Amino acid sequence: MERKVYMVPNPPTPNNAIEFDAGVCNGCNQCVEICRTDVLMPNPEKGKTPIVLYPDECWHCGCCIQECNRPGAISMVHPLNQSVVVSWKRRQTGEEFRLGMRNPPPPNTRPPSG
Amino acid sequence: MVAWHEYIQKDVPIPEWPYPIRYGHETEVKTDVLILGGGISGCHAAINARRQGVSVAVVEKGATKWSGSGGAGVDHWIAACTNPCSEVTPEEYTYVVMRSSGGYDCGPLRYVSCRESWDTLLDCERMGLQIRDVDNEFKGADFRDDRTKLLFAYDYKNRTTLRVYGHNVKPLLYREMKRLGVEIYDRVMVTSLLTDGGRQGSRVIGATGLNVRTGEFLIFKAKATVIATGLPGRIWWFSTELRSSFRDFNNVGDGCAIAWNAGAEFAKMEQSFGDSGALSYIEYAMGNSHNTWYGAPIVDARGKEVPWFDRDGKELETIAERFQPSPGQRLMLGLGERVPSDYENQVHSLAPDLPERIRKGEYVLPLYADLSRLPEQERRAIFGLMVGNEGKTRIPVYVTLTRAGFDPDKDMLQAPVMPPEAYQSMNYWAGMDVPHWRIWGGGGLVVNWDLKTNLDGLYAAGGAIFGSGAHSSAAASGRFVGRKAAASVRTAPEPVVDRGQVEREKARAYIPLKQNKHNIGWKELNAGICRIMQDHCGQFRSEQTLKAGLRLLKELRESEASMLYASTPHELGRALECHTIMTVGEIAMQASLARRASSMFLNFARLDYPTEDPPEWQRLTPIKLVEGRVVVSELPFNYHLLAPYAPDYQENYRLHGDL
Repeated sequence: MERKVYMVPNPPTPNNAIEFDAGVCNGCNQCVEICRTDVLMPNPEKGKTPIVLYPDECWHCGCCIQECNRPGAISMVHPLNQSVVVSWKRRQTGEEFRLGMRNPPPPNTRPPSG
Repeated sequence: MVAWHEYIQKDVPIPEWPYPIRYGHETEVKTDVLILGGGISGCHAAINARRQGVSVAVVEKGATKWSGSGGAGVDHWIAACTNPCSEVTPEEYTYVVMRSSGGYDCGPLRYVSCRESWDTLLDCERMGLQIRDVDNEFKGADFRDDRTKLLFAYDYKNRTTLRVYGHNVKPLLYREMKRLGVEIYDRVMVTSLLTDGGRQGSRVIGATGLNVRTGEFLIFKAKATVIATGLPGRIWWFSTELRSSFRDFNNVGDGCAIAWNAGAEFAKMEQSFGDSGALSYIEYAMGNSHNTWYGAPIVDARGKEVPWFDRDGKELETIAERFQPSPGQRLMLGLGERVPSDYENQVHSLAPDLPERIRKGEYVLPLYADLSRLPEQERRAIFGLMVGNEGKTRIPVYVTLTRAGFDPDKDMLQAPVMPPEAYQSMNYWAGMDVPHWRIWGGGGLVVNWDLKTNLDGLYAAGGAIFGSGAHSSAAASGRFVGRKAAASVRTAPEPVVDRGQVEREKARAYIPLKQNKHNIGWKELNAGICRIMQDHCGQFRSEQTLKAGLRLLKELRESEASMLYASTPHELGRALECHTIMTVGEIAMQASLARRASSMFLNFARLDYPTEDPPEWQRLTPIKLVEGRVVVSELPFNYHLLAPYAPDYQENYRLHGDL
């Protein structure tokens, strides 16, 4: 529990849109440079992950991830009202899965064609 | 610690804006050809103009390397009529599109697209884009030509739509532009066109722009200017709470508004389509059998498969038949051309009475797309190739779903659970239309066989032209207009900027910075404008509702919009966009008033003139501003085949296209 409580505005929606892994991101800001809507701002502290200033303007195109040369540094977070219904069922077993579930199945590692 | 609310709760000072603030500073840029918009059409226009040896500058609100509606990728390339496997000529394809559009379409744009779509794709291949199955992954598939290794979609017999590996098309175009020496001005939104003597209707000699990171004012002087700003969005609905926009968030019709103010002529601005807007789902991330997912088997909750039917109501017995025309059908146009589906051009569909069958309990919701029922190559083509490369699907769908464990070989992807009527269309991810939430139709600039507007010095490409098509049409028309704009430079006069026009625009552009921050901000204003559009320019329109809508927009300009505040250069850009959106809305309303008849082809319903497409209204009704007043004229559908033009497409192309 934090002792100091600030007056902060309500969270923007979607809350995050983009997630950074601070252990992988080296703060090169290449994603900041190419984001079409300037969702991302450079961190005032050099080498740190960018700040997600305008998650509400994210187009969810994933270009920041395509541009990033450190795989795993950035991941996309779809707004919950969109992702919560992305679900699938295994044909043979009838098992049901959904994007964001607590215990997801192992990833399918097959890359796109080409 | 990357979200803003986390950052500011760590006892750090609120950071200053990270970019230098240059409000009021001017930079002047002189170029031969000025391209407004760095999306697909703008990049091809820039590359092809530069290849003619003239200087070229591109102005882009986002970042050219990835921006634009086609910036996140492309998976199918339409109207490639001249590819070596095509069974359809550009003339026939154009004829089919024009017929299916009821005539309400742009002949020169369509024909140029058909003639140059394939050549433009070859340009992209030379830049490094993969357009063939070089790894032989699909060897032997029905949709592959084993000699050229080209892959096709929809109609495997006629082979005009190609499946391509286009996830990186934009960085490749960007690299080519840099290599050729195109000057790129990223983070600059255009705010106005400059005209000879500052007069409406005279020659266009450049544009003004605002840097949305620094607030700097830019003045571009050019001998030829190309509007390549795509299709307007955020006009009828706007909600960052629920969902982003369908097209590039930056696309609000800047090019449309500035060309209108300069006196350019527009057609088809009364057209719109129904849209589920903020209630739709992640594009292509839900079970469906439309577009990229065309041909996917749909099953119900118990695993019962929904049958497919041809245009004559005959049930298809095999999967292979889904990709072949019906008996007696010349060709299936495929999906994505933004042309109404009709008996002649339609693809096959799921049981047309599916909503009724769901009501009767024959099919139990939820439905699923079961790719595992397809042959391996068809399955891999849909999910591995197309979803892996389509705009906004590589990361948002392919990577997101596979990382979460989805395996198309084993798993069935659920479709949205919706009212039964919503399953009439196969495009399930688009949800169910909210009738008065519209999406932009085919409205845009009227052009001649040079893709030039009625204003000297002003050209257009892609979505900025009325009746535009898809990614490949944007690319092909950009390719064409780049050559034409470059050629015009030889005889164009030196641009002389009217300082008064610049000063007036500069004063207008910075008003939101001077307002009290207690006033309304851009997001609330955007949503407010949309409300006017929903109510007064929605599914049903009439003279009274439209006139009332125009009055409301005018009042809004004089009240809330005039007091709009901006705190940063970014917000200033968004604030100016609101003025753009109001202008675009006004044009749509004026165009709707001008057409005193409903139209099936335009999705246009006038309550006071309910008869659809009566003979006397089967024509275009172009509108423009002359000395500040709206002037409506008449233009026959085949204007491009009447004097002074030649009577057929090929001859006009020969006269205008081959330089």
